[in-house]
Amino acid sequence: MSEKVLMKGNEAMAESAMRAGCRFFFGYPITPQTEVAAYMAKMMPKVGGTYLQAESEVAAINMVYGASAAGARVMTSSSSPGISLKSEGISYMAGADLPGVIINVQRGGPGLGSIQPSQADYWQATKATGHGDFHIVVYAPSTVQEMADYAFKAFDTADKYRVPVMIMADGMLGQMMEPVVLPEARALEDLPEKPWATNGHGHKRPHNVANSLYLTAEDLEDLVRERYERYDAIIEGEQEAESYLTDDADIVLTAFGGAARVARSAVNAARERGIKAGLVRPITLWPFPTDAIEAVLPQAKAFLDVEMNMGQMLEDVRLAVAGRAPVEFFGRTGGVIPNPDEVLAAIVALNEKVGE
Amino acid sequence: MADNEKDLKVVFERPHALLPVVTNFCPGCPHGIVERLVAETMDELDIEGETIGVAPVGCSVISYDFFGCDMIEAAHGRAPAVATAVKRVHPDGVVFAYQGDGDLASIGMAETVHAATRGENITVIFINNAIYGMTGGQMAPTSLPNQVTQTSPYGRDVATAGNPIRVSELLNALDGPAYIERVCVDTPKNVRKAKKAIKKAFQNQLDGVGYSFIEVVSTCPTNWGMTPQDAFAWMRENMLPYYPLGVVRDVTADGFANAAEAAAARNAACPIAHPELKTEGGN
Amino acid sequence: MAKELSCVVAGFGGQGSLFAGKVIATAGLIEDREVSWMPSYGPEMRGGTANCSVTLSDAPIGSPLVTRPNALIALNQPSFDKFIDAVVPGGIVVVDTAMVPQITEPEGVRVIGIPATKICEEAGTPGLGNIVLIGKLWAETGFCTEEALDGALAKVAGKKPEKLEQNRQAIKLGVNA
Repeated sequence: MSEKVLMKGNEAMAESAMRAGCRFFFGYPITPQTEVAAYMAKMMPKVGGTYLQAESEVAAINMVYGASAAGARVMTSSSSPGISLKSEGISYMAGADLPGVIINVQRGGPGLGSIQPSQADYWQATKATGHGDFHIVVYAPSTVQEMADYAFKAFDTADKYRVPVMIMADGMLGQMMEPVVLPEARALEDLPEKPWATNGHGHKRPHNVANSLYLTAEDLEDLVRERYERYDAIIEGEQEAESYLTDDADIVLTAFGGAARVARSAVNAARERGIKAGLVRPITLWPFPTDAIEAVLPQAKAFLDVEMNMGQMLEDVRLAVAGRAPVEFFGRTGGVIPNPDEVLAAIVALNEKVGE
Repeated sequence: MADNEKDLKVVFERPHALLPVVTNFCPGCPHGIVERLVAETMDELDIEGETIGVAPVGCSVISYDFFGCDMIEAAHGRAPAVATAVKRVHPDGVVFAYQGDGDLASIGMAETVHAATRGENITVIFINNAIYGMTGGQMAPTSLPNQVTQTSPYGRDVATAGNPIRVSELLNALDGPAYIERVCVDTPKNVRKAKKAIKKAFQNQLDGVGYSFIEVVSTCPTNWGMTPQDAFAWMRENMLPYYPLGVVRDVTADGFANAAEAAAARNAACPIAHPELKTEGGN
Repeated sequence: MAKELSCVVAGFGGQGSLFAGKVIATAGLIEDREVSWMPSYGPEMRGGTANCSVTLSDAPIGSPLVTRPNALIALNQPSFDKFIDAVVPGGIVVVDTAMVPQITEPEGVRVIGIPATKICEEAGTPGLGNIVLIGKLWAETGFCTEEALDGALAKVAGKKPEKLEQNRQAIKLGVNA
């Protein structure tokens, strides 16, 4: 096993991606994710990999599209405004069934917004990372260790289902250092075969085409339906969540990523006051872990969704709860990190309300 | 009969790198000629097996079904970015982008300029027919002054719509490109010239000479509302004075082995670009 | 086990506040504790104040952003002014009096001033005021073992042997100040 090291979240994701066999990185500078690009610029040449600073986010994601079509494990990284620009290429990747990893180290929005930590891109990531009928898998790590683990896993998930995969971090997770044990490097020769890749047919097979254009409506419908069967398999097999102190919880908090760290502190503080609080922390934002919500529903009296936005995952929590318990919300936005005390106050208030 | 058959010689056939399919091009459209020249080049250089082509959005969007090599369909304007990445993944492969004027010089101008300035060792074929063909004849970045299109119904007003872009000359301002030539395919003689240029643009890639760009001044009989013959006549009369044919840059003809050497010569007076030179300032 | 340390290290950019935070965090790493280090980032880093939050704990750490520190290392006046009222009762503040002329002491908070910048200058190792203050904080709180602190210096500042030795001296200057 690798030794435990102190690393920034951004750097841990970059190193872990390389250990997963990523040898191509195309990016563009933006705060607060720039350490990912800087790390790649420093390390890729040492392993014969490619770091290329693209002329724009748009170009970067289309380079990801090209490298993926060519059969490579490839990644790009950005922060919220840059992800909006990448939405074009993400849609094309989905439409051409191309795997690839996109990191979003979120900052406040809309517009240029702030550069402070935020989770305001939940809807974008889970509902509409681009135009058209498609999903991408979205992982939301909440520690530097998980950033390393899921940056590694993202490549396997992407290749397995031939879908783009996003790591949703935020400025807090990206900038902070924590101890981390990095995954063992994958040997490049052990990476999955990609018989569909456009890498030159050598007159040994019919030509491969990477494409998302289908001029006959029925053809496109068939293809999208096939893709949705894969999405069903992902919903079935890839949901991930952590449940913390939920076995006897009256008040179940739901929170992901950076906000979940604060929510966990608030749950601990509530327990010290004798309030039976717990936390369901979605790790996959898509597929949303409805199974984990279902599991706590029998004893949960109420839910409190905590996010660093105005209430986005809240809608998915309400869909999963389906009216069987009240779901309330506490959030800070604009780049403000919630304070455990104010989350605790919201727990106390909700506990009093449902206790009546 | 059998003896006669023996005497028959194949003098003209479909290139292997062009698939036996019916194209979607309008009658009289030069796309078919240019795509054939690209396919002939692949055959003659025996590179179909290691070539990856990138198709644009525009009339040649479905080229991925016409070329026999592996093909990638890019988003509108992004072919140079896609081609860049493919070449980085497969540096020993042959990578070309085939793009029209709206794709290459309007929505994809940033990708075009930056792939060129990086000196990506790829081949770009640029079809300039001064109009958006696939969407039905709108003004393009290369539409001529006073040219009537669906979106310049009173003629391109340069006071409001600006002047057309001479892309070959624009790219010639950069240090990245190795070879830029403007050709057309209106006569058998010009077709042969175009073929020579396209073949050189691919040969350059094989030889590591660098980014090679062929602009084909072309026509759009359908959207121009002309017969193919009249369209070529209009092209010769109006387009060629604006977009003169000929070699715009050829670093090998200038005596350089590749684009990098030519670029180094151009910036010879810049010390930081030449670490081998001792400088007075710094150390 | 030592109690939880929720520390803010703050100063001008260039005073080494982020570096000092890394030394503390690395000591926690060596002791296999839960550790987080979170810098301020963005435009405020350009010529303004640079600060970081460091937490050493035996339980998983919630927010890495320390809003109620029980330890503050203040390297200049604006940083002292910005964070002094956030320190919890029972907390400790270690401050460079050579850089912070106006010191207040909120009730229940222990403020210890030493002229760190001057001390290391006089010792012939200028620029290590941040490390001197770590030495003082360590002497007052024992936030980690001596071995862990020394190991952290070696990890973070150990690239050049003479530099490491200077850092070790700076710790001692702080301990004895």
